[in-house]
Amino acid sequence: MAKKLMKGCEAIGEAAIHAGCRLFFGYPITPQNEIPEYMSARLPQVGGVFLQAESEVAASNMLYGAAGAGCRVFTSSSSPGISLMAEAISYIAGAELPVVIVNIMRGGPGLGGILPSQSDYFQATKGGGHGDYRVLVLAPSTVQEAADLTQDAFDLADHYRNPVMVVGDGLIGQMMEPVEFKRSISPEELPAKPWATTGCSDRKPNIINSLFLNPEELEAHNWHLHRKYQDMAREIRWESWKLEEPVDVLIVAYGTVARICKTAIDTLRARGVKVGLFRPISLFPYPSEQLSQAVEKAGKVLVTELSTGQMLEDVQAIVAGRKPVSFYGRVGGMVMSPEEIEREVDKLVAS
Amino acid sequence: MYSEIIMAGFGGQGVLLIGKMLAYAGMKAGNEVTWMPAYGPEMRGGTCNCTIVMSDKPVGSPITRSPHALIVLNLPSLDKFEASVRPGGVIVVNTSLINRLPRRTDVTVIPVAANEIAQEAGTPKAANMVAFGAYLGATGIADLAVVKDVLADTFASRPKLIGLNQTCLDRGYEIGKACAAQARS
Repeated sequence: MAKKLMKGCEAIGEAAIHAGCRLFFGYPITPQNEIPEYMSARLPQVGGVFLQAESEVAASNMLYGAAGAGCRVFTSSSSPGISLMAEAISYIAGAELPVVIVNIMRGGPGLGGILPSQSDYFQATKGGGHGDYRVLVLAPSTVQEAADLTQDAFDLADHYRNPVMVVGDGLIGQMMEPVEFKRSISPEELPAKPWATTGCSDRKPNIINSLFLNPEELEAHNWHLHRKYQDMAREIRWESWKLEEPVDVLIVAYGTVARICKTAIDTLRARGVKVGLFRPISLFPYPSEQLSQAVEKAGKVLVTELSTGQMLEDVQAIVAGRKPVSFYGRVGGMVMSPEEIEREVDKLVAS
Repeated sequence: MYSEIIMAGFGGQGVLLIGKMLAYAGMKAGNEVTWMPAYGPEMRGGTCNCTIVMSDKPVGSPITRSPHALIVLNLPSLDKFEASVRPGGVIVVNTSLINRLPRRTDVTVIPVAANEIAQEAGTPKAANMVAFGAYLGATGIADLAVVKDVLADTFASRPKLIGLNQTCLDRGYEIGKACAAQARS
C-alpha cells in the first residue's frame, strides 16, 4: 500500500480498522476529535459501528460490554475524558478484558487547555483508576509509529486480556506525516476468544466479573494480575539514538518531545557536543534495564517532558543516584523548541 | 536537504491547503515531511498557520521557532513571524493585503500582489496559490510539475478549478523566480 499523508488521529483510526476493530464508542473532546470523526465515516463503510455515547462514562462501559462479548473495540479521548473513563478501565482490568484506549493528552489539571501535554504520565502508567492494576502503555513519536503501535495495541490487549493505552500529545494527533499500513486483518481472521460471553447454548457459562467478595479469592486474583503485569516485561520497547559512543549528556524523552530533542541533538553534535537520546516507547512496562545501561555510558542525564516532572521520578529511581539527573519541562500547552533543549544541554556541559 | 517553512494568514485564505500541497509534493519527491497546523481556540476568520518541515532524513521537530522560509498572506502574520525567519531565509509577502514590506535586511523578500493576480486569473480566492507559486519559484524546493500533479489531486472533486489554480501557481512562480534572481545579482 502506498504511503499516504495523514494526521496522527486519522492514522490511529485507520490502524484500528486494519487491526480488525469494527467498534468505536466515544465522546468528543479536543484535540482528538479527528479520531471519532474519522471512525464515524470509516466504520459504516466496513460494516462496523460508530457510536457517540452520551458521556465518557457511558462510552467506557460500552467498551466493557463489547470486549466481554469478544469483540475488538476501542475508544479515544483526551485527558479529562480519560479521567471520566478511569472507573470503567479499572473494572475492565479487573475483569481481564482486552480494550484499546487512546489518550491524546492535553494540559490539565481540571479542564486545563486543549494544547499538547504529557501530564497524564502518572495516570497512564501508575493506574488512573482504583485498585491494583496496570495498563500497557505505548507512546508513539511519529504518525507511522502511532499507526503501528495502535495495530500492535489490539494484539497485545488480546494476548494479555488487558487494556492497552496509546498515549500521544496534541502534536502527534494534529500533525500530518506519510504513513503506510503494512498489514491488515479482518475480524473473521482473528483468533477465537473462548472466554467471551457469546451465549452458552453448547458449553459451560463464561463469567466476566470484577467482584470477588471472598478475600482469599481476591488475593489470588490480585497476584494473578500482578504476574501478568510482570510478564508484560516481554513487551518492553525503546529507541537508543546516537548512543553508540559514550555521551556527556543523555537526554531521556518520549513521544513528540523526543523528536524535538533529535533536532536539538543534530545541531549540538554538529557543534561537537556529545549528546544522545534514550526514548522509551513502552511507558509501562518501562525499559528500566536498557535505560540503566545507557546511563552507565553517560556523564549526566537530562529528562525533558511536557509536565512538571512525572517520568522524571521513574528515571531518578532507575539512575539511583549514579549520575546527576536534571529536568526541563514545559507545561500548560507550551512546547519546548529544539533551541531550548540545546540551551539546557549547553548548561549541563558547561557546569 | 532540510527546510522549515511557516505559512500564515487569515482562516479561509487557504494557508493550510498550500501547506498540505507542499508536504504532498515533498513526499512524492521521496522526502520526509511533516505538516503541523497551529491549533488552538481559534475562530473562523482568525489567524491561522502551519509549519512544514521537509528533509531527506527523518524529520525531528515538527515545530520551529526559526523557519528558513515564511509565506504571509496578511499583516498580523507578518508582524508575528517576521523576526523569527533565519538570516538568509525567504519571506513571501502578499502585498495585496499587507501595506508594509518586511524590515529585515538579511532575508530575501518576495513581494507579490497575490489577490490582484488571482483576481486577474479569475478569482481572488486563489491568492494562496499565487503566493505558493512565488515561494516555489524563489526557492526551487519542489518541482513545479510535481506540485501541479498534487494540485490536480487536491482539486480532483472540483476539476473546473484546476486550470485556474494552475495559472495562479504559474504566475506566482515566475514572479518568485525573477525576484530571487534579482536578489542574487
